[in-house]
Amino acid sequence: MTEAPIVTVRDLVKTFPVRGRPGEPKRTLRAVDRVGFDVLRGETLGLVGESGSGKSTTGRMLVGLISATSGTVELFGHHIAGGAEKGALNKVRSRLQFVFQDPQNSLNPRMRVGDAIAEPLDVAGGLSRQARNDRVQELLELVGLPRSCGDRFPHEFSGGQRQRIGIARALALRPDFIVCDEPVSSLDVSMQAQIVNLLLDLQEQLGLSYLFIAHDLAVVRNISTRVAVMYAGGIVEMAPKRDLYAAPKHPYTQALLAAVPRPVPGRARAPSVAGELPSLIDPPKGCAFHPRCPFAFDRCRIEKPRLNPVEGGHAVACHLHEAGGSGTSAL
Amino acid sequence: MTRVPLLSVENLTVQFRGDSGWVTAIEDVSFEIGAGENLGIVGESGSGKSVSALSILRLHGRANTRYASGAIRFGGRDLLSMSERELRKVRGGDIAMIFQDPMSSLNPVLTIAEQIIEPLQLHQGLSSAAARRRAIELLEMVRIADAGRRIDEYPHRLSGGMRQRVMIAIAIACQPKLLIADEPTTALDVTIQGQILELLRDLQREIGMSVVLITHDLGVIAEFAQRVLVMYAGRVIEQAPVAALFNRPMHPYTDGLIDAVPKLDGDLHRLTTIPGSIPDLATVIPGCRFNPRCREAMDVCRRNAPALLPVGPDHLSRCPPRAAARGAA
Repeated sequence: MTEAPIVTVRDLVKTFPVRGRPGEPKRTLRAVDRVGFDVLRGETLGLVGESGSGKSTTGRMLVGLISATSGTVELFGHHIAGGAEKGALNKVRSRLQFVFQDPQNSLNPRMRVGDAIAEPLDVAGGLSRQARNDRVQELLELVGLPRSCGDRFPHEFSGGQRQRIGIARALALRPDFIVCDEPVSSLDVSMQAQIVNLLLDLQEQLGLSYLFIAHDLAVVRNISTRVAVMYAGGIVEMAPKRDLYAAPKHPYTQALLAAVPRPVPGRARAPSVAGELPSLIDPPKGCAFHPRCPFAFDRCRIEKPRLNPVEGGHAVACHLHEAGGSGTSAL
Repeated sequence: MTRVPLLSVENLTVQFRGDSGWVTAIEDVSFEIGAGENLGIVGESGSGKSVSALSILRLHGRANTRYASGAIRFGGRDLLSMSERELRKVRGGDIAMIFQDPMSSLNPVLTIAEQIIEPLQLHQGLSSAAARRRAIELLEMVRIADAGRRIDEYPHRLSGGMRQRVMIAIAIACQPKLLIADEPTTALDVTIQGQILELLRDLQREIGMSVVLITHDLGVIAEFAQRVLVMYAGRVIEQAPVAALFNRPMHPYTDGLIDAVPKLDGDLHRLTTIPGSIPDLATVIPGCRFNPRCREAMDVCRRNAPALLPVGPDHLSRCPPRAAARGAA
């Protein structure tokens, strides 16, 4: 049985105008370039990439925080982008939420945390004072904070606790789908593990689906069902978790995996991939990774590879892996 | 083993002025670093790792900082009792420093050339033409392609990785004996981080300098450091050669930190966590500062402040129960 995905994204594009000096022609920055994926109920899609890969822009388009230039986003059967459906976003708004990277900046410092958590409830309306306060206490408990701490202010909490408050707030309206944009990147290691485990527990308890955005592959490994790797605005590889880590196919995914510093002293380290992240205003022709790719050949410099399925839900955008390609493992 | 240390920090305690009196940021911190050695200092927020590093060059705001006790010996002199004028000759000369965020440590209104040439003229008295030639050479040393042209650009034209290379070029301009690197790769992308670590290691070999690397990332420590200090809540809680630290950690906090790092191989599922939160500086915790989060805490840990005890060759731990268990075994 195949269940319909709760999130369907097709050919999603976002460009931003770039203002040059007076007299120079107007240019555009292509932040997201024809991205497509599905998210199924109860699963986590990890979205990994470095600066400028388009991962956060993609996440923001999914919840309607920024509008798409073209392409479609379908949430719970409603087209919120690229469809003719009016007011679609309002129909699904309460079912999707966003958790931000920095709990320091996403909480109002002058608002008590109980009120911050209750804000979505207040906006939605329809709850008595008592029911609202009960729900706040329930949410605090759900994220592992004392029920009584709703009267305190954000600065009285540590970074990890503030991220718990951000999560409680996201859960207030009982969403089905949460975009987590680098939720542990600004936290200390010992706090990161606590938050990842909390998100896993909540997923189990509440049947949530996540899009989990991160900049390195180690962080998403525990939480993801499937992982998509982005580079310069496009998805270069997408696979079930086990396949991606055991047999990465795209040379960029391989480089990204090799780059993670591991807590194993004396380990022989593969040399870092050379070069810089590409410009999005004037991207390389063909495959965006070709100037840094040790396997690049003529075709890579001319033709942009498409994301093609290779086997069992594993897809890769690389000319080495198209029909007849030998793959990097054989080189 | 006789090691003549290049730098030794002895029983350093540093306090900052808080809203209600002085708070102790680091207490009784001692370590030394040999010539050509790589020392890693690892810890989470509030551990005191950056405070320790900044104290070496007395870079804390003077009005609100008290070096309550201790000494920092470098070349037979105590950096803590030097005059500001004498210390200025050391900063950027024999001891250089690079920081986490190269954008905020470079001056946005000066070109790269102006910023590299400054220390060369100040410390080495080079003429402006000679300084410019040397500056281009330095940019080439940090592997900046097309250095002759890049040198006249402003920092905003460079990527984050390039800016950190420029910072490194400025730092090594006067061939320092010691480079202090405070989270030098934390603000960079993963693939760029590796490039910068490789560069630091290569330069260290070329120049023969010692490096103190401060980081929160145990992966970076494992790949870069020879000897490691682990700090928690303002104290050194373990000190060991890198292999011993990872293979035989002798403090429950070190165990926890190593286990909390997300792994790329092995069993998937729940991450092991350290319960509780990192205490803030003003919180008074009797006994061992880690005891409220420690799974192995005993009565004695809640009563007595633990001493840093030897637990192996060049290996110290501030966990007396662990040290005793090892002694008995």
